[in-house]
Amino acid sequence: MKQDIKVTPQIVEDHGLTPDEYKMIVEAIGREPNITELGIFSVMWSEHCSYKSSRVYLKEFPTEGPRVLQGPGENAGIIDIGDGLAVAFKMESHNHPSFIEPYQGAATGVGGILRDIFTMGARPIANLNSLRFGSLKAPRMPYLVKGVVAGIGGYGNTMGIPTVGGEVFFDECYNGNILVNAFTLGIMDASRIYRGKASGVGNPVIYVGSKTGRDGIHGATMASDEFDETSEERRPTVQVGDPFTEKLLLEACLELMATDAIVGIQDMGAAGLTCSTFEMASRAGSGMEVDLDKVPLRAGEMTPYEIMLSESQERMLLVAHQGREQDVMKIFEKWDLECAVIGKVTDDGMVRITHGGKKVVELSVAPVVHNAPVYERPMKEPAWQREIQSLDINSIPVPNDLNEVLFRLMTSPNLTRKSWVWEQYDYMVMTNTVVVPGSDAAVIRIKDHIPSITGEAHAGGQKATKKGIALTSDCNSRYCYLDPWTGAALAVAEAARNLSCVGATPLGITDCLNFGNPEKPEIMWQFVRAVEGMAEACRQFQTPVVSGNVSFYNETKGNAIYPTPVVAMIGLLDDVEKRCTPWWKDDKDVIIFLGRNEAEIGGSEYLSLLHQKIAGHPPQLDFKRERAVQKVCRTGISRGLIKSAHDVSEGGLAVALAECSILRPEGLLGSTIELTDDIRPDVLLFGESASRIIISVAPDNVDLMLTIAREEGAASKIIGRVGGRMLAVNNILCIDLADLHAQWATALQKMLGER
Amino acid sequence: MKFGIIVFPGSNCDDDCRHVLADVLGHEAFFIWHKSTDLNGANCLILPGGFSYGDYLRSGAMAAQSPVMKSVKKFEKEGGLIFGICNGFQILQEARLLPGALIRNSTLKFICRDVFVRVEQTQSPFTMACRNGQVMRIPIAHMDGNFYMEKKSLMKITDENQVLFRYCDPDGNLGKEFNPNGSMEFVAGVTNENGNVCGMMPHPERCSESILGNRDGMKIFESIISWWESKERKT
Repeated sequence: MKQDIKVTPQIVEDHGLTPDEYKMIVEAIGREPNITELGIFSVMWSEHCSYKSSRVYLKEFPTEGPRVLQGPGENAGIIDIGDGLAVAFKMESHNHPSFIEPYQGAATGVGGILRDIFTMGARPIANLNSLRFGSLKAPRMPYLVKGVVAGIGGYGNTMGIPTVGGEVFFDECYNGNILVNAFTLGIMDASRIYRGKASGVGNPVIYVGSKTGRDGIHGATMASDEFDETSEERRPTVQVGDPFTEKLLLEACLELMATDAIVGIQDMGAAGLTCSTFEMASRAGSGMEVDLDKVPLRAGEMTPYEIMLSESQERMLLVAHQGREQDVMKIFEKWDLECAVIGKVTDDGMVRITHGGKKVVELSVAPVVHNAPVYERPMKEPAWQREIQSLDINSIPVPNDLNEVLFRLMTSPNLTRKSWVWEQYDYMVMTNTVVVPGSDAAVIRIKDHIPSITGEAHAGGQKATKKGIALTSDCNSRYCYLDPWTGAALAVAEAARNLSCVGATPLGITDCLNFGNPEKPEIMWQFVRAVEGMAEACRQFQTPVVSGNVSFYNETKGNAIYPTPVVAMIGLLDDVEKRCTPWWKDDKDVIIFLGRNEAEIGGSEYLSLLHQKIAGHPPQLDFKRERAVQKVCRTGISRGLIKSAHDVSEGGLAVALAECSILRPEGLLGSTIELTDDIRPDVLLFGESASRIIISVAPDNVDLMLTIAREEGAASKIIGRVGGRMLAVNNILCIDLADLHAQWATALQKMLGER
Repeated sequence: MKFGIIVFPGSNCDDDCRHVLADVLGHEAFFIWHKSTDLNGANCLILPGGFSYGDYLRSGAMAAQSPVMKSVKKFEKEGGLIFGICNGFQILQEARLLPGALIRNSTLKFICRDVFVRVEQTQSPFTMACRNGQVMRIPIAHMDGNFYMEKKSLMKITDENQVLFRYCDPDGNLGKEFNPNGSMEFVAGVTNENGNVCGMMPHPERCSESILGNRDGMKIFESIISWWESKERKT
């Protein structure tokens, strides 16, 4: 796009702006924009960058709390964990690029979220990812699965940051729109938070990292649009990542941030240089002068439009104190990275950009960053919503062979072992992972000495902290399809339950809200209901939302994905040595069930897989019951009474009990279970009622454990014993666990056509 | 004892090594930047795991040309102890300080998991604290860990007792099923002819602390320290 191209209505439309939005722009700046200025508005006002369809509703979220040091609005949220430390975390989507080019789409998703964390001054120490794919029988799907997993591994492993957990789900609704949500958590000195602020008039604005090329131009607008037959043509909009350069960038930035040379820093992600310049100026209430001739370029001659809109990866924009430019240069020279002063901070609330000595952009910051339209789009409950919620249990026949049902469930894509995925990720690098992938949540210990974060103060002396961090990512989108409010609340509840099962107290969440086209009232209804449900659950579990991401337009040819509001929650262990894992530990341990079995089967894996129905209501959620059960679990773990804890979720009680046996690293250990609930056997075994946790304790500790449950008001009962090589439940289930393990461990590889 | 851990652009496991040597074992461990030629009086050099230079061209190829490698080669000629882990092993091969080559895993995928290795000889400074045939559980995490060597040369180094570790099952048996990456003769680690340089693909620094649930790797570090201390006592 050459600078002298005239802006026409067609060009405006090609930029994803409506005629009304264009009118708003002209009014805001008092004239017609030139092509580069139009490009700037088009990316900053895109759904991905401006959240114009969602902002109004996101205000529902609770975002504050005694530990919250930074809520939404910056590059990541920050929570204080005590002992002088804090954690920065966020989750982001890279859905559209991953569908087009799975390896680079997923890789650059990881790269982007990593930068959002270290730009705050935190060293990334753990990654999670939440992946949704279509049916493995759909065209291209195995290729997409392999590409995405390889891309996440390729980027994260090269950066040396462990990928410690996440989720992988398969459902036909994702056939045309896969979801790749990447999460990173970093650790930092609670008193050294860096923000994306361009303050201090006269301060130099410095560009660091990779050279700028033509990749990814209009990545932001691509993410704000549906797919159709022409989607393949969008391949050039997918950015290409270089994790080696980002590793250098990470180390250089952390080294720099350990000094006092800089005032503010922001990564260049979606909308590249445009976003960082305008947002940094906006946050400081300042302005900027930028000379594009100073920007290091990869591709010879680039137009101002291209330079401003490029989404080349691995670049940061920082503002240093006047006179400290050399200190900054020295560090980036050491790490062999580009470093160039490209402008300075002003005080007039304008961003003025020159190129070849000519002024090419002159825009007031406020309209670009703050005055993107805010839409309260119409919403309407879908006509089919009540219909899909109706389910007559009597129309569902009880299968003859419940053993066979369990085998089928546990060898199905959603419940089978996922080690094919996570063994492609380095989950051990940094030697902090004390609960590895495969359990309910990952647990990370915190070393005394963290390079560039903690100084020599803690080396070889008093232990800095005994604490540990637990992390999990959760969402059952089928529940959200059947009832978005309850489904979203259940995502929060399940995340908290998973953390409680490893012994961690939930502290806060980040989210990735993946939905269809918000211009459709039914989708908007799903979105708003989900946000409301999530907000209520966050209040009930005291887990504020400190950061997040919205991804709309996950639709192809009019078919939207199920509403998929993904939650990533972090929790704190006061003593990381007191963590818990889900598998049975010793023969003769007593198995205690916390919670209640209800007769509900709506939205379950069992109903979907065995009866080809996605119907009914998702499990009811009683916040009081959920909190009580989780508290009992955490208390029992911290007092050393609970030897194993596992929550019941997809697949129901039978699957959870089987997992307690087959997850055991030292070899299978079975159980004999006696259930007395008056519920149909298939519903009892495979229903997915919420707020249930299975724990095992040494026989001597049973009475104390039951007393604790009683005191907290949680229903509890002994349901069996650990031992043997079978899983036996009443006379309705009798499973050879060695057989089950062998099939469960290899099902995914087989479905992907691998060994 | 003084350990010098060499840091290349893209090294990732440098601090993991420092943590074991200094925080867990209480010895002095410092970093040596790849552009420096001063080894700061180190008694043993560690080349840690990671993705030096992004594994571009070939794993370890570019790092082998770093300025520090001149000093590393000189240190080796003087009989200094050098230990390369994963990417470090690859760099030492590219620098011709260790035999063989490490190519793409036979599965063509990155593999991160615990494996078992068998100690093949215990005269080496790197295994003298182990028992002959001892089986250790040590994790691997690599894309290019497939040990390859021309057949006759492999036979020669085997005869010379230069093979230190082989992939095996928990009982020490060798077999294709227990070989995670297709390495020839299940070779997981080797030394040079003089025995002062060792390279291994598995990561002992990831299993040298009880909190991580596995201390098998500690034996290797203890071997190095024992060997050094007994050498010091003799002088």
